[in-house]
Amino acid sequence: MDTAAFRAWMTEAARLVGAEADRLTQLDAAIGDADHGVNLRRGFQAAVAMLDSAAPATPGAVLTTAGRALISKTGGASGPLYGTALRQAGKTLGEDQDVSAVQLGAALEAARAGVQQLGAAHEGDKTMLDALGPAVTAYQMAVEGGGDLADAARAAAEAAARGAEETIPMLARKGRASYLGDRTIGHEDPGAASTALILRALAAVTAGEAR
Amino acid sequence: MKKLINAPDSVLTDALIGLAAAHPELRVDVEERFITRAGGPTTGKVGLVSGGGSGHEPLHGGYVGYGMLDAACPGEVFTSPVPDQILAATRAVDGGVGVLHIVKNYTGDVLNFQMAAELAADEKIQVESVLVNDDVAVENSTFTAGRRGTGATVFVEKMAGAAAERGADLATAAAVGMEVNDRSRSFGVALTSNIIPAAGKPGFELGDSEIELGIGIHGEPGRRRAQLMTAKEIVGVALDAIHGDMPLSGDLLVMVNGMGGTPLIELYVVYAAVAEWVAGHGATITRNLVGNYITSLEMAGCSITVCRLTPELTELWDAPVQTPALRWGR
Repeated sequence: MDTAAFRAWMTEAARLVGAEADRLTQLDAAIGDADHGVNLRRGFQAAVAMLDSAAPATPGAVLTTAGRALISKTGGASGPLYGTALRQAGKTLGEDQDVSAVQLGAALEAARAGVQQLGAAHEGDKTMLDALGPAVTAYQMAVEGGGDLADAARAAAEAAARGAEETIPMLARKGRASYLGDRTIGHEDPGAASTALILRALAAVTAGEAR
Repeated sequence: MKKLINAPDSVLTDALIGLAAAHPELRVDVEERFITRAGGPTTGKVGLVSGGGSGHEPLHGGYVGYGMLDAACPGEVFTSPVPDQILAATRAVDGGVGVLHIVKNYTGDVLNFQMAAELAADEKIQVESVLVNDDVAVENSTFTAGRRGTGATVFVEKMAGAAAERGADLATAAAVGMEVNDRSRSFGVALTSNIIPAAGKPGFELGDSEIELGIGIHGEPGRRRAQLMTAKEIVGVALDAIHGDMPLSGDLLVMVNGMGGTPLIELYVVYAAVAEWVAGHGATITRNLVGNYITSLEMAGCSITVCRLTPELTELWDAPVQTPALRWGR
C-alpha cells in the first residue's frame, strides 16, 4: 500500500464521515452531546485539506499529518483520540514507501494502543475501542491465515461494523455518555460507529473500490 | 428556536467580537480563539490558563484579569477547545516561571489540555494542571469518567489566581488550586433544558412539572428525575448530597449559581433556604456569591457550590480581583 493509497484512505474516510455526519450526530444526541458528526466532519475535512497542502511523501507521513489536523480541528474527545490513533500508526511505518500487510497490522495495533492509553478505556466500556479492538484482531488473524492486505482490511472493516453494533446493549463507562448510566443501554456508541466508517474506507480503498 | 444570534455557526465569533468591544482591558484573538489580559504576560508571575466549551459565560473569558486568569480558551458551544488554541494561550501568558492549566473534568477538556501541555513541554514551557471535579451528583466514579468539574472552577480560578498574583511559584499555585478543589463540592438542578444554537432543538426533554436533580453544566443527567418541589426541598436534596459526601462545618464560601435562565429573585429564594440549612447544621457562611457565574445557556435551574474555607483561603478569596465578572478590593 503506497502513499497515494494512504491518501485515498483518508479522502474516502472524510467522504464517508461527511455522508454519515447526521447519523453520527443523532447517535451522539441519544447518549452524548449531539456533536460527534459535526466535529468529526470538520476534523476530516481539515485533514484532507492539510494533506493537499503539505503533500506528505510517505505513508507514515500521510497518517501523522492527518492525525495532527484531527487534533487541531476536531475538538471534543474524538479529536485527540483519532489524532493520536493516526499519529501512532504513522510513526510505526517510518520512512517506508510501500507498506506490507504485516506493517499495516502493526500500525493498526499501534493506533489501538494509543487510543487505549489516552482514553484509559477498555473493550466493553462502550467506546470506539469496541470497534477498533475486534478490527485489529480480525486483521491480524486474516494475515496469519494467509490473506493479503485487502483481505485483512475487509476482515477489519467487518469486525469493526459488528463491534459497533455490539455496543448497543452495553453500558457506557467512559466519556460523557457514562453519566447516563443505564440510559445508554440500547444505543449504538457514536465513536464505535465512526471507527467502523474509517475502517470501511480502508477496505474500500484496498479493494480498489475507491481511489 | 428563538435566540439573539446572527447565524448559528457564527455565535462564538460574534460573541468574542462583542467581548473585545466591551472590554478594552482584554485582548481577544478572535481568529485563534483565546482571551488574555491586554497587558501581556507578567514577567516572573505564573500564568493561569483555563478554558472549555462556550455557553457557560461568564466562565471562562469573564474571569480574565488582575487576580484571576491570564487567559481563557473558549471552544465551540459545549465543545472543548483544541490543543492549538490552548498552546497559543499558554505561550502568550508564559512569564518565564510556568503556566497553570485549570481543567474541568470532562473527557474532551482533559484530553485536549493534556495534548496542549505536551506540546508546551516540547517548547520548554513548564505546565502544571489542576483538575476540577467537584460535582457530587456523580456517585459512582468507577463506572463513569469521574466527577464533573462545575462550580468549584470559579473558586479555583479566583484563589489560585490570587496566589499567583502574590508571587506564588507554579507548584504552590497548583497546590492552592488542588486544595480549593478538594475542599469544594457542588450539586445542580435543572428546571428546563437548553438549546445548543447549532442543534436548534432542546438537548434533553423535561416534562412541565419535572426537574432533573444532579444536572451537569451541559444538561447531562444526574441522579434522578423528580416532580417539581419547593426551593427549600430542592436545597435540602442538594445540601444533603453535599453534606453526605463532605460534612459541612466551620467557615464556608457558598455560591448559589444561576444556570442562565433563572431570575435573580429565585436565586435569592434559594440562598435564603441555603442560609437556613447551613445555620441549622452548625456551620457558618462567611463568604457568598449569588448570581450567574457558570451557566448552561438558557437552562433554568441553579447549582450550589460550597467550599470549606481556611484562614489562608479566605484571604485569597478576599484578595483584589478585577475581571469582567468578578471585581472587588481594587
